[in-house]
Amino acid sequence: MSELLLVEGLTKHFGGVTANDGISFDVREGEIIGIIGPNGAGKSTLFDLLTGFQTPDSGSVLLDGHDVTGLRPDRIARMGVGRTFQKLKPFPDLTLVENVMVGALAHTSHVHEARDKALEAIAFVDLLEKRHSFARELSTGQRKRLEMARALATDPRLLLMDEVTGGVDQKTIPGLIELVLALRDKGITILTIEHNMKVMMDVSSRILALQFGKRIAFGKPEKVRNDPHVVDAYLGRADAA
Amino acid sequence: MSKKSNAALEAALAEPVWPAAPPAFTWLGFGVFALLAVYPFIFTGTFSHHLMIMVFLHAIMAQSWNVVAGMSGQISLGHAVFFGLGAYASALLYIKWGITPWIGLLAGMAISALAAAAIGIPTLRLRGHYFAIATLLFGISVQIVFQRWDWVGAASGIFMPIVRDDPWLVLQFHGSKLPYYYLSFGLCVIAFAVVWDLQRRRLGMRLLAVRDEPEAAASLGIDVAWHKVIAFMISGAMMSTAGTFFAQYVLVVDPDRVFNFEISVLALLMVVLGGIGTLWGPALGAAILVPLSEFTRTWFGGTGGTVDLIIYGILILLICIYQPRGLLSIVTERLRRRVDTK
Repeated sequence: MSELLLVEGLTKHFGGVTANDGISFDVREGEIIGIIGPNGAGKSTLFDLLTGFQTPDSGSVLLDGHDVTGLRPDRIARMGVGRTFQKLKPFPDLTLVENVMVGALAHTSHVHEARDKALEAIAFVDLLEKRHSFARELSTGQRKRLEMARALATDPRLLLMDEVTGGVDQKTIPGLIELVLALRDKGITILTIEHNMKVMMDVSSRILALQFGKRIAFGKPEKVRNDPHVVDAYLGRADAA
Repeated sequence: MSKKSNAALEAALAEPVWPAAPPAFTWLGFGVFALLAVYPFIFTGTFSHHLMIMVFLHAIMAQSWNVVAGMSGQISLGHAVFFGLGAYASALLYIKWGITPWIGLLAGMAISALAAAAIGIPTLRLRGHYFAIATLLFGISVQIVFQRWDWVGAASGIFMPIVRDDPWLVLQFHGSKLPYYYLSFGLCVIAFAVVWDLQRRRLGMRLLAVRDEPEAAASLGIDVAWHKVIAFMISGAMMSTAGTFFAQYVLVVDPDRVFNFEISVLALLMVVLGGIGTLWGPALGAAILVPLSEFTRTWFGGTGGTVDLIIYGILILLICIYQPRGLLSIVTERLRRRVDTK
């Protein structure tokens, strides 16, 4: 399998805080990589660095062999990197279908074509009956689906999803997880931030664990779960007991 | 995917991209259009013609401001610059080289679009209120330059020579206001048609995305700063046509009049009053504020000029408190509620 994303020594300081400290990892095509870590571990900053919303102080990001370090977000998006946001960002005064059309218009200037593509993406996330609702009228779970459909409509090769299961009730979670797997089955490589450990263990091919901006473990779920650093980070020091 | 969801998708794909307006609205639209077309023959007085010419002119100005503020979310406080550039471009081309104001109209649009790019490219990358401040200062400085620039007539400006031959070529009509009426009506229709069309295009949809959630827009491959610049350029070019028309209408172009800060504020007020980001809000705003201003000027004589501003202020206060999306939203929200309950 080839590497779709290669991250080397990514570092970002905010004032005196080192949000990301020399993070390196790779993502192979077709994988689901889960990123875990306590609050403030630097997960969202890592996403921002990978998608161009923040510029790293040092380190590099290679997408399919091309250096995309420090490129503008729209450039990176046009190279096939989609994302959803932890704090959801639908276009509130547009309808669901119009929201997704904006994504579909990334590769076509033909509005009718974009509409059809948007409807297919909306059908994929199973929200077709809401297509004419304004985004502001949708529930949190529905807005998560909106963001997935909107990103999907841009034909991403790599999709970064920030907290798919965060902020929704328990009943909604399995449906969202199913969607993540369906996206992977469509051939989209996925990088996802999650707090729900069980979900992470089940769906990820590999897990990247962060703490205080540093990578503390990276590998297969069962290996990461038993990694002493990860156990420390989540449960407190094992030897302290 | 199941059969049921396939059928639902087929049904959705068969829908028109843009739902048709309710028939009542379409007929209302045609009715208003027809009424405006014959208006000068119903109300034959010069003042009633002048009144509607002013409404059309201001509707263009408001729509121009709406493109940049309502569609791309940037507050411009220097829109008078484009009005003035349009007025000066056509007036100068005519008195210096005898070039028809039709060319002047296009030249003004091009110059205004370039000026918009010049001010927009450095400032629209910045967040927050820098753009508003930059346009405010730009507006004031351009006015000062024109007040001191001898080649363009400095503070006394340009008086256009009265020409009675070839009225449609030199765009001067003396005898009747009818040609001005239809000219301003035509320009206004074009301005609104441009925005109507823009809302249904990739560019228009992307502008709304940039306005509402710039980060999400960027994550979908949209160059946020560039889209703001484009909106500002379109807006500037549109404002310029109003300036050119005004120059041909009053035949005097001077910096205090055409670069007046009040023009920038008025454009803003009309849009906020009518409904920001909507197609018809600017027209509604112009249709309310212009008669208000003209009538208060008549009633209160020379001092009426300040009375209308007081009334504007009260109106805007009321709008901000009771209907922040503008007067038009009273109608559209009712309509939507009715559609939803069907």
